[in-house]
Amino acid sequence: MKGLLHTPYFTSLVTVLLLVVMLGLGGAAYPGLLSTQVIFNLLIDNAFLLVIAVGMTFVIVSGGIDLSVGSVLALSTMIAAWLLNVAHWPPLLVIVTVLALGTVFGASMGALIHYFKLQPFIVTLAGMFLARGLCYLISINSITIDDPLFVAMSQTQLQFLGGFVSPGVVIAVVTLLLAIWLAHATPFGRAVYAIGGNEQSALMMGLPVGRTKVFIYAFSAFCAALGGVLFSFYMLSGYGLHAQGTELDAIAAVVIGGTLLSGGYGYVAGALSGVLVLGTIQTLIAFDGTLSSWWTKIVIGGLLFVFCVVQRLMAMGQKNTNRS
Amino acid sequence: MSLSTPSSVPLARPASFTGNTVLHHPLSRPLAALLLLLLVDFFAIPGFFHLEIRDGHLYGSVIDIVNRAAPLMLAALGMTLVIATRGIDISVGAVVALSGTVAAMLIGGTMVMDNGVPTYVSNIPMGWALAAALGAALLCGAWNGVLVAGLGLQPIVATLILMVAGRGLAQLLTDGQIVTVYYQPYFFIGSGYLFGLPFSLFLVAAVFIITAVLMRKTALGLFIQAVGINPVAARLAGIKTATLIFFVYVFCAACAGLSGLMISSNIKSADANNAGLMLELDAILAVTLGGTSLAGGKFSLVGSMIGALIIQTLTYTIYSLGVPPEVNMVVKSVVVFLVCLSQSSEFKQLLHRRKA
Repeated sequence: MKGLLHTPYFTSLVTVLLLVVMLGLGGAAYPGLLSTQVIFNLLIDNAFLLVIAVGMTFVIVSGGIDLSVGSVLALSTMIAAWLLNVAHWPPLLVIVTVLALGTVFGASMGALIHYFKLQPFIVTLAGMFLARGLCYLISINSITIDDPLFVAMSQTQLQFLGGFVSPGVVIAVVTLLLAIWLAHATPFGRAVYAIGGNEQSALMMGLPVGRTKVFIYAFSAFCAALGGVLFSFYMLSGYGLHAQGTELDAIAAVVIGGTLLSGGYGYVAGALSGVLVLGTIQTLIAFDGTLSSWWTKIVIGGLLFVFCVVQRLMAMGQKNTNRS
Repeated sequence: MSLSTPSSVPLARPASFTGNTVLHHPLSRPLAALLLLLLVDFFAIPGFFHLEIRDGHLYGSVIDIVNRAAPLMLAALGMTLVIATRGIDISVGAVVALSGTVAAMLIGGTMVMDNGVPTYVSNIPMGWALAAALGAALLCGAWNGVLVAGLGLQPIVATLILMVAGRGLAQLLTDGQIVTVYYQPYFFIGSGYLFGLPFSLFLVAAVFIITAVLMRKTALGLFIQAVGINPVAARLAGIKTATLIFFVYVFCAACAGLSGLMISSNIKSADANNAGLMLELDAILAVTLGGTSLAGGKFSLVGSMIGALIIQTLTYTIYSLGVPPEVNMVVKSVVVFLVCLSQSSEFKQLLHRRKA
């Protein structure tokens, strides 16, 4: 048992266990909860959050933080809607443009962070203001998307294991798999972990710290833009108020998924379990029917607290064992 | 330089008033920015500096700006000390919502016909309600303080918990509804006048003076600076780092609680969903604009006050110039980028290399 407590994936394991317990208890209390479609709906409703959390994992593992993802998502839905409805661009070109713009946005923030030694917190905070502000410059109202491809993407139901999933889920899962490969099997992934562990050492080891940091923020913003595309499939509209506070949900999902906020440590796959835990809380509260939506916030706050404290105590315990 | 004057005055600089010193004074840049904004207002908005006395109160754009900036100034005061210790508190907005909600719910106010004259009575005496609201804020601060100083969590993570859960708690208390206050004396905090000036200004001034005295006349300011510069060295030098950090978070939450009272009293209601939304970000922005380094150690209370005034003047200017309010956020973000770049030594080196 003590050995298990000190295995690297202990907190991630706790999350999966928590998910199983929550679903089990929920299934016992509300018989409909454990149907395949309810579980798939968890994924359908949270596909965009999963994609964002995947990008956020890289940022947090590198020891940084990205507060701009929610607004980049909103800006992406806005640009996509505007390009489709007002400029009448072909849908595929719109998607590529949105993804490219997001990547450039993130890369510029990464460059500011690395080359001018600015704090990620304040740079991405300003990025958050900028992206939200740009949304309102395009339009202060919501723009409906009626492009046939987007509508098809939102309505297609892919039959799978007796239920159905949306194309958005497939895209999110593919992103997750690609990111797992990127983090655990490429030189880039190794550099990300090394920077999070100790940036100075990473630099002395000759790793490309600058390039990697810029790429991390570019990747996070790319994921946010992709999340925006998925969100516009889901909502079929662009709006400056879309996804407010999503950056906090993403950070919460990453932390609950077992990634250390101090950096250097964590699994991309944890993003999936983190997002599923958040989704399950919402589903449970919806199934209960008597609890109001603000209970979601309180429960998420409580979970965050427990996970941060557990991580902290484990880190302290490890230090003590090292010392003795 | 004596050890008792740590804040805002640069430690290792001679106190001569040559032009160079004035230019390099840490407050010169924020002051210049504020003056530039006021200059724009002077030319662009007719009657901007016009003051008149109506009903015994001073009226005018300048008074209006200062009055509206009051809650932000309070929040920025608390945030300054937190940032000075290398911390950050992103739960300020949630604390504002919580304290405003507690006060509004306890005061409430019902109308009673007294000899045919409608008078409003509060649910419990106002003093108790205010104490309860500030008590709730202090509890929030103590919670943050325990997490940061006791458990050693990263400040942003520790306060993130309260940021998410605090607003949820406030919404739980009010059932997501807006609680309206009908008790007249409560409105005095946010919209009353004393000696012809808004009462909120006196509150801000009182908190500012108490803080400034604590920082300058006691060793507290020096200790906070020492913790910000190097927490480990400060602890080894015998400073009770944990107690100090705990105090700073409690102080920040108390300021936020007072700010919440001011906001809810001003709008005569408590809105758990929207009160103080994004206030933490504006407070951090005000502190940064005032020249306090986010890396800790160097801080200026006066600078933060000027920073808050810059933000409010900027907002006022944008609105009065007829620029669509949507632009506000874009302008704000550009200002943050510029301020951050101006603080970056790498950026300064780049400029010097260009010049050379």
